Amino acid sequence: MQHTATEGYHAGAVHHEQGFLKTYVFSQDHKTIGLQYMMTALLFLFFGFTLMLLMRWQLAYPGKAIPGEAFALTPGVLGLAALLIGVVSKRKLAALVGVVFLGIAALVWYLVSDETLFPEGVMVPELYNSFGAMHGTIMVFLGVVPLAVGAFGNYVVPLQVGAPDMAFPKLNMASYWSYFFGGVVMLSSFFLPGGAANSGWTSYPPLANIATVGQTVWLFGMVLLITSSLLGSVNFIVTIVQLRANGLTFMRLPFFVWAQFVTSFLLLLAFPPLEAAGILQLMDRLAGTSFFLPSGLVISGQQLGVSGGGSPLLWQHLFWFLAHPEVYVLILPAMGIVAEVIANNTRKPLWGYKSIVYATIFLGFMSFIVWAHHMFMTGMGTVISTFFQTTTMIISIPSVIILTALVISLYGGSIRFTVPMLFALAFLPMFGIGGLTGLPLGLAPTDIHLHDTYYVIGHFHYVVAPGTIFALFAGLYYWYPKVTGRMMSERLGRIHFWGSFVCMNGIFFPMLIQGLAGVSRRLYDGGAQYSHAQGVLQWNEVMSISAFALAVFQVPFLINFFWSIKKGKKVESDNPWDATTLEWQTPTPPPHGNFTSLPEVFRGPYEYSMPGSSRDFTPQNVR
Amino acid sequence: MQIPFTVAARPDTGLHNAKLGVWLFLASEVMLFGALFSSYILLRVAAPEWPHGSALLNVPLATVNTIILISSSVTMVMSWASLMLKDFSKYRRYMGLTILCGLLFLVVKGFEYGAKFSHGILPSEDLFYATYFTLTGLHGLHVVGGIIVNFYFWGPGSRMWKTEPQRFTNRVEVAGLYWHFVDLVWIFLFPTLYLL
Repeated sequence: MQHTATEGYHAGAVHHEQGFLKTYVFSQDHKTIGLQYMMTALLFLFFGFTLMLLMRWQLAYPGKAIPGEAFALTPGVLGLAALLIGVVSKRKLAALVGVVFLGIAALVWYLVSDETLFPEGVMVPELYNSFGAMHGTIMVFLGVVPLAVGAFGNYVVPLQVGAPDMAFPKLNMASYWSYFFGGVVMLSSFFLPGGAANSGWTSYPPLANIATVGQTVWLFGMVLLITSSLLGSVNFIVTIVQLRANGLTFMRLPFFVWAQFVTSFLLLLAFPPLEAAGILQLMDRLAGTSFFLPSGLVISGQQLGVSGGGSPLLWQHLFWFLAHPEVYVLILPAMGIVAEVIANNTRKPLWGYKSIVYATIFLGFMSFIVWAHHMFMTGMGTVISTFFQTTTMIISIPSVIILTALVISLYGGSIRFTVPMLFALAFLPMFGIGGLTGLPLGLAPTDIHLHDTYYVIGHFHYVVAPGTIFALFAGLYYWYPKVTGRMMSERLGRIHFWGSFVCMNGIFFPMLIQGLAGVSRRLYDGGAQYSHAQGVLQWNEVMSISAFALAVFQVPFLINFFWSIKKGKKVESDNPWDATTLEWQTPTPPPHGNFTSLPEVFRGPYEYSMPGSSRDFTPQNVR
Repeated sequence: MQIPFTVAARPDTGLHNAKLGVWLFLASEVMLFGALFSSYILLRVAAPEWPHGSALLNVPLATVNTIILISSSVTMVMSWASLMLKDFSKYRRYMGLTILCGLLFLVVKGFEYGAKFSHGILPSEDLFYATYFTLTGLHGLHVVGGIIVNFYFWGPGSRMWKTEPQRFTNRVEVAGLYWHFVDLVWIFLFPTLYLL
């Protein structure tokens, strides 16, 4: 990493050469923290995906021995290769990633070769449950959100607002390490007696209250993750409000900053109720209270020896009060990235910038009063259901406004089909499918049929996987040259894109078909025991093969990602995409303190192809 | 490199960074305790019967504790005001009093808990005691956190007064905002648990 001695723009600031630990491990620089978040989150995404691959084997071939060697060997070989490359060419990062991949391989091997977990090579149902719970937890809380907010937010937001760093660098570091230890706690729970949490990522009581000790550790892990996101969100909001450059008014902020701003408010205000719920569940599990346990609960024919009087429904209310805004935490930063990439690659201003911003703010408010549409089946009453299905229909309007504005932005543009643009373009229809399939779930009458079926799984995976994760890939390819000073390979990027695009649909579209046929989620055998599922069972194999192929198509990405750090095509300027926003007006990579001179902003974020201008883009800091 | 507006207020927002930060943090704390109070209401209205707090808990002791905590909020403001008047020794005295009040609150709380424990009453007794111990326990943890922060600004952290007096004054103000919030939570907890 290039480490120039360029000072921040404050006179008298002296750059101290710091040791390895302070520069790379306990760094307070928002860019390094962003990269730490990125590497950690990518590894967790890979691990969560591996859990799902093991589950998909069981779903496609229930009762057949798992080829454990293949599952352990793939990350093993990748890890060994990275480690060798790292040792031979003395690249610490590659070696570190190699070690982590070997660790994943060892963990998979440890699990697969355990006779109690995989008797005769077949996963036991308890392990399947635990993998399901941990896949959800890891993907949402340790993978996608840290990548979208922790990594991209940390790296890009201070640059886009023209700040030398985040407002509270020490809190920023604390936020990362709290996240890291939360992740370690979650992973360690796999080695506990009874395994990791196995009550689903939603942890519904009373099941979660009487589950094995893994659930307690899950709750402690969540407390650390909530702390991390609390510290992060305070930091983001203060940075955006206080550290904007001169002339950068709120309506001149890039949409990505707006998305992170609203997201931070959601994290700040929606997570504490889950923390409260977590505290209550911890009390139930450790101190013997019964906040979530009703009176007279009988388990395995035995009366549970607690005072009772609690309400399992209370947990669901508290949980979904977080988890519905969490859906928008997952999607808003993705929309922000897509907006940046689309404006840059259509070479036109974003269509309806103000409408998008107002829609996002409205969406943020509304997301706090739709949570009970996850609970139509709990018998909470038709009046409440009517209220929540009405608000749910209302919240679909701002989402449609944002998506429509992004689609109209394409009209009349001379589009550059770069790799980030391919991912951003694919985001639009994929998120569209995810959003439209959500409407029948938001209406109580149709939800009665679809609730807890594979249709739900298909719906939210369309939003998060080919939706958000595609947008995150777009962001990775888009900002990579700013971080490394080199471009990623276009050819490998295209292979990665088209392979992932086809496979994602191969995985998730059949889920909608199975769900409409009434196949429930969380079934250990993928529905084989039910007569009504027989007509759609053949899709299980299609989905699993697509999932394995999706894993294969991530290999070009991994190669591209590491190979391009040293061998990619060098960028010719600090602004290789001819972009307008402030992050491209810094040196490449941005030094400690970011800007060489105090940036001042004179115009909106997307002034592409302005009449009378000599070039087809006018950066924000051009007078 | 220096972060702008760590000491001086940004002209268009009128705030320095830490002040906005602590208000946001308090907003999230409101959501935390708000969720717990909501849970309390939900559980109570669903219960066939709910004991009257004053019949089970020690109201006089809690009243004394309320007075102690409110006084500590007053001394906290005085300590900040002393810094604004550039009177550091007075600041030390008032901050010391604030810390003592906080500790006293915990001691009284400890006696209350001890009286329950010695009669074999634990959180698992019933839903009333479960909410009582959970809510007051979490509040107690917040008091402990506040005492630690205040102690830091009373002792080692106060060296900043010599180098950056304005920044130190800001820090005490921000710590005060948190301390008032902890006080406020108790002012809601006291009637909810003891009197209603």
